[in-house]
Amino acid sequence: MNQSTSIVRVSGVMKDFTMGKTIVQVLKGIDLDIKAGEYVSIMGPSGSGKTTLFNMIGGLDKPSSGSVFIDEIDISQLDAYELAWLRCRKIGYIFQTFNIIQVMTALENVTLPMVFAGIPDDEARERGMDLLDLVGLKKRFLHKPFELSGGQQQRVAIARALANAPAIILADEPTGNLDLTTGEEIIKLLKMLSREKGVTIISATHDLKMLNVSDRVIWISDGKIEKIEKREELSISLGQIGEK
Amino acid sequence: MVLPFKKSVEIAVKSIKSRFFRTLITTMSLILAISFYAYIKVNLDIISSIAASHDTAAIQKLSLQGIEVPEEGRALGMSPQERWILFLSLLVCVVGIVNTQLMAVADRFREIGTMKCLGALDRFILRLFLIEAVLQGLIGSALGGVAGAFIAFFGALIKFGSSVIGLMSLNQILTSVLSAVVLGCLLSVLGVLYPALLAAMMQPVEAMRGRD
Repeated sequence: MNQSTSIVRVSGVMKDFTMGKTIVQVLKGIDLDIKAGEYVSIMGPSGSGKTTLFNMIGGLDKPSSGSVFIDEIDISQLDAYELAWLRCRKIGYIFQTFNIIQVMTALENVTLPMVFAGIPDDEARERGMDLLDLVGLKKRFLHKPFELSGGQQQRVAIARALANAPAIILADEPTGNLDLTTGEEIIKLLKMLSREKGVTIISATHDLKMLNVSDRVIWISDGKIEKIEKREELSISLGQIGEK
Repeated sequence: MVLPFKKSVEIAVKSIKSRFFRTLITTMSLILAISFYAYIKVNLDIISSIAASHDTAAIQKLSLQGIEVPEEGRALGMSPQERWILFLSLLVCVVGIVNTQLMAVADRFREIGTMKCLGALDRFILRLFLIEAVLQGLIGSALGGVAGAFIAFFGALIKFGSSVIGLMSLNQILTSVLSAVVLGCLLSVLGVLYPALLAAMMQPVEAMRGRD
């Protein structure tokens, strides 16, 4: 993949929420450029607007003003069908709460996006098994979510996010509900995917373990970008966090 | 973006199976209402067959039960009270279905939102809920219809004796049971329509925001 093309471009995005009579400004003008194949972490305290920004990038929510471009296409201009296509083919989502569909087995969860994409059953099954193998759960393909641990469920979610070979994976607090070691394993898995498959990974997090693997870290505070750091600059600021 | 019909049915069946108790509650109100409907219909069928027969002993028993035999050529209909009670029971049934289905949708916010994030269109979600409702309607009203018909049949046996079996028209009874099943399916779909539309039109981000 060409490293210089930007796959996600956020331009002057603002977002207001109306709470009764007061208007809360959550995002106050965000400009961002993410290159294909990058591993980007969006960091910030709770309530800083990182999940809102994350939803904007994922086409799950529309900005009040400004635009989000994915592959240079303004996603606010897309209709419902095109948005569904984008979510199905272009973006893979990973959530803090895993969101594995409870009534389906691991394999069915992984193949569901392929069903939506119109891939024939046999091919979907085969690809689903390969993806489960990739995340180390090939033997548990028939298990239902309640028979899997949190970390395993998140692995299924990662396999599902990869179902239609998306260009972007959006991970909202992927390690938020996991213990330290399991979280680390998930981070390693994500990093491996970004390196080997060239997938762009954008993750909203406040897990500091994420910093080591990120190419860039975007610090958000109070709805604005505070600073953007490359990995090589990080060790210094990590020290600062420790002192706080 | 596609969701083949076969897959939709598969997902709907899975969902019904794994939420068996909720389905049972939704279906129960349907079973009760439809069995009441089928009972009244089949009872009416049996009485009119007796009235139309020239079996004087049986017709006498009808009068003894306080049922007025209509004049020759006039059909036996439901009394206004019966009609009113039937209407109320069906209404209560639909309200019950709307209520449980709304709960079911709230329960499945996260699942619906996840499906939308994976590329499901609004109409996929709508279709899933409608298929589930039709399946529940079919099962519930078939059970209710058969139960109602049996109660009416055994009631008639007790009231009029075994001679009544010869007078009954099986065709008429089957038509009544079938009409009960169709009505049940319609009620089930009617009850799910609003909750399903609500689910289908939900934005994925709203679904994600909802906590467990």
